[in-house]
Amino acid sequence: MVIIVFYFVLVLAIGFYLKGKANTGEDFFMAGREMTAWVAGLSFLSANLGALELMGWAGSAYQYGILATHWYWIGAIPAMLFLALVMMPFYYISKTHSVPGYLKLRFGEPARALSAVSFAFMTVLMSGVNMFAMAKVMQIVLGWDINFSIWVSSLTVAVYVTLGGLRSAIFNEVLQFFLIWAGALLIPILGLYEAGGWSNLKVLITQRASEQYVHMWATLGSFSDNPMGINWVGIVFGLGAVISMGYWTTDFLVVQRLLAAKDMRSAEMAPIIGAGLKMLVPIIVIVPGLLGLGVLPMKLVPESVATVTHGYSYNDVLPLMLARYCGPGLLGLGITALIAGFMSGMAGNVSAFTTVWTYDIYRPLINSKGTDHHYVNMGRWTTVIGVLISVGTAYLVMRSASIMDYVQALFSFFIAPLFGTVILGMLWKRATGPGGFWGLLSGTLCSVSMWAWVKVDPTALRYVALSPHAKALAQDMFQALWSFLVCVTVTVVVSLATKPMPEGTLKGLVYGETDIPPIENVPIYQKPIFWAAIVAAVFVILNIIFW
Amino acid sequence: MSGQRSVSIWFFIGISLLVNGVLILGAGLYEYANPPAPELQVVLFRLHAGIWWGGLLAVIGALYCWKYAPSRAS
Repeated sequence: MVIIVFYFVLVLAIGFYLKGKANTGEDFFMAGREMTAWVAGLSFLSANLGALELMGWAGSAYQYGILATHWYWIGAIPAMLFLALVMMPFYYISKTHSVPGYLKLRFGEPARALSAVSFAFMTVLMSGVNMFAMAKVMQIVLGWDINFSIWVSSLTVAVYVTLGGLRSAIFNEVLQFFLIWAGALLIPILGLYEAGGWSNLKVLITQRASEQYVHMWATLGSFSDNPMGINWVGIVFGLGAVISMGYWTTDFLVVQRLLAAKDMRSAEMAPIIGAGLKMLVPIIVIVPGLLGLGVLPMKLVPESVATVTHGYSYNDVLPLMLARYCGPGLLGLGITALIAGFMSGMAGNVSAFTTVWTYDIYRPLINSKGTDHHYVNMGRWTTVIGVLISVGTAYLVMRSASIMDYVQALFSFFIAPLFGTVILGMLWKRATGPGGFWGLLSGTLCSVSMWAWVKVDPTALRYVALSPHAKALAQDMFQALWSFLVCVTVTVVVSLATKPMPEGTLKGLVYGETDIPPIENVPIYQKPIFWAAIVAAVFVILNIIFW
Repeated sequence: MSGQRSVSIWFFIGISLLVNGVLILGAGLYEYANPPAPELQVVLFRLHAGIWWGGLLAVIGALYCWKYAPSRAS
């Protein structure tokens, strides 16, 4: 308890300390654009490392085995490297405040409005999901009242983000990154010791579940050969080429941290640093899930079954493993790690929501004549309101059967088509404003329609995911793939049918029209491309090792 | 992230690791001296993870505090 209280005191102290450094819009919304590559990179990763991420994917590892690692490797690393080397220069040179802001510069107001509204909607929902996950941890491990947990944590986030803006959110995210590792790393260390090492763990899992649970690629030849009910096409093209590209390159929650970098090289290095560390995250997320499969005496069940039987669900595996190995002090740190994960996820959502609301909805559509001071005040109020909406969302999410399926569905609604629009905008100068808007709208509608179709008629999954053996996660992958393809097709067709944009207006926004300044004269080992190559090589080797 | 009058983020991280490490080390030593009943012990209790993990965190935290102390930065 002392450790948890100390954590809350420290994050609030950081918020109060940074209060005096968030007076202008550039300070409050962009952290003064003075972050180093390491701070921006850790924050970039930490904003994604919420309690939902930790608990949800540990649960998925228990449910689906090592296949869940794809969401950390092929589902993240190529996209992060692509962001660093190809897309970051355009974001940085255009000096945009947000991803919707880039769409305004490239495609005009309608595309920005559509993207901003859908993003704002998604972030508060995500924040509510995170909050629900955290409250569940408190309830399971500490026996805390779920309402108390939600309110204490969310008000703390509201205070420190309102006071210090993005800088405060970033500082706390870096702190939370260290706490998450300090609190969670003991589980795989002690767990692998108990299991007798990695090889013995694989034997235990094979005995208690199936050999399918310990291979990443060998079982992906067919939908029916693996516990996830997916094939390699869904993983490589749905997850690797669309969903992860969409999330890591266009989700403003993570991109915002990079826009706060102090210079172009830092902005490019930050996602590469994030990618290197992202490859390690399965140690504290996937391995605990696999250990649960190998050593826990009880059988975990889906959330819907656990609610009826009052047993433990897949999502409970991480707290259960924590309680298995950690005595009082360590348990406090482990719980603090989960709270930190929750708060970093929520602060990320809230700070991104605040920026998009203020710069991309309020200023262009409601009040375009305010002073900088007025917009900073609007940002502070929006932070509080965003937190309150998230609290409301958390109570709604309690009715949802499965946390992860819910989030995946949201991702594919908005993220996949947005990636299609942004990437065409950056790489194809013939793309026009109407093309961008109609492509984005039709891609989003396509995704929502497919989701609704399968909800109404579950047998439709065989058409959406191309197989009667496909399961929920496969649906999300293929839904994202189709919506991306629809978005790209519509954008191309409408663009070719409309008047090209004058070339002078595309400077700094499109490949071929932009002079990208070279990285300053630094040794090869300080260049982004060098570290990107190393990360890519390690990524390939890891996939081969765990094939 | 450390300007002339700023406290570095790494200093805050040092404080966090140091305080948490000391608390965990203390709890680990207390458990070592006063072990709970066997049915209340966690799995692998005999390894006394709190002692070595808490000690490690405290050392790393102390190093960060020393290296990024505001007095050294200024």
